[in-house]
Amino acid sequence: MTSVDGDAGFRCVIRLTEKGRPRLSAPETEAVREVEVRNREGLHARPVMRFVDLAMQFRSSVTVANVTKNGEVLDGRSAMQLMLLEATQGCLLRIKVQGVDADEAADALAALVESGFETGSPGQSG
Amino acid sequence: MKFADLIHEPSVIPEVEGTERNAVIRELVNSLAEHGAVPAEHVETIARAAIAREKQGSTGFGKGVAVPHVKHECIQKMTATIGRSSRGVDFAALDRAPVYAIVMLLSPAEAPEEHLAAMEKIFRYLQREKFRRFLRQADSHEAIVELIREADDLQDD
Repeated sequence: MTSVDGDAGFRCVIRLTEKGRPRLSAPETEAVREVEVRNREGLHARPVMRFVDLAMQFRSSVTVANVTKNGEVLDGRSAMQLMLLEATQGCLLRIKVQGVDADEAADALAALVESGFETGSPGQSG
Repeated sequence: MKFADLIHEPSVIPEVEGTERNAVIRELVNSLAEHGAVPAEHVETIARAAIAREKQGSTGFGKGVAVPHVKHECIQKMTATIGRSSRGVDFAALDRAPVYAIVMLLSPAEAPEEHLAAMEKIFRYLQREKFRRFLRQADSHEAIVELIREADDLQDD
């Protein structure tokens, strides 16, 4: 056991993420982003798959609602659910993220939608 | 638009012969052509485009279903059909599991809104466990047609 001198009573719990990077345990927060679908084809199957792939890289839960359509809240980590978005060009999506990396995830997911899904691999945001 | 209005009923195949993705895609496109839903001269073009699309990312979304689809300028009018397999088809699905129900959607090239509306309709049913189970059990043309016509009345357990 090593004890850390300094700020008395302040202690960080460190755990390893799946990638092996140490990460401070952070409190659960919520982040909401509203983004417009820019690409002509909308969120068809491939963009949906990319969104899900990116959402799965975070530990937070993600929901997406198509505000322009019916506002139905769908699981952002389920491709089958996101196909219900019917997110055509110009639709406004509300991405809501809850968890320990909520802000980071919300920024990355919002950036992916705003990019029009034209960037190469996701994960370049922020 | 109802799910049943989207499916070209005469083209439905209650037991596909193939057990491999490309063969099943060809069977479904052929069936659509044989029953007059797409012109015979476009079969090869459409099948190739659908297979090329699968290579960019599987449409086997998991839970035993796949939705191969293609948008192409040679497709004048949106149409779709269903193939069922009791043995299972290897679709390189996301969950790596075999696929027992294949919904194939053909859309015109410049109609993304219509395409997304049809996908929404298809997935509205496919994500219901009861619909998937009944579709997998529907072992005749009549049984599948009856299921898709009554799908709106199907209540989840």
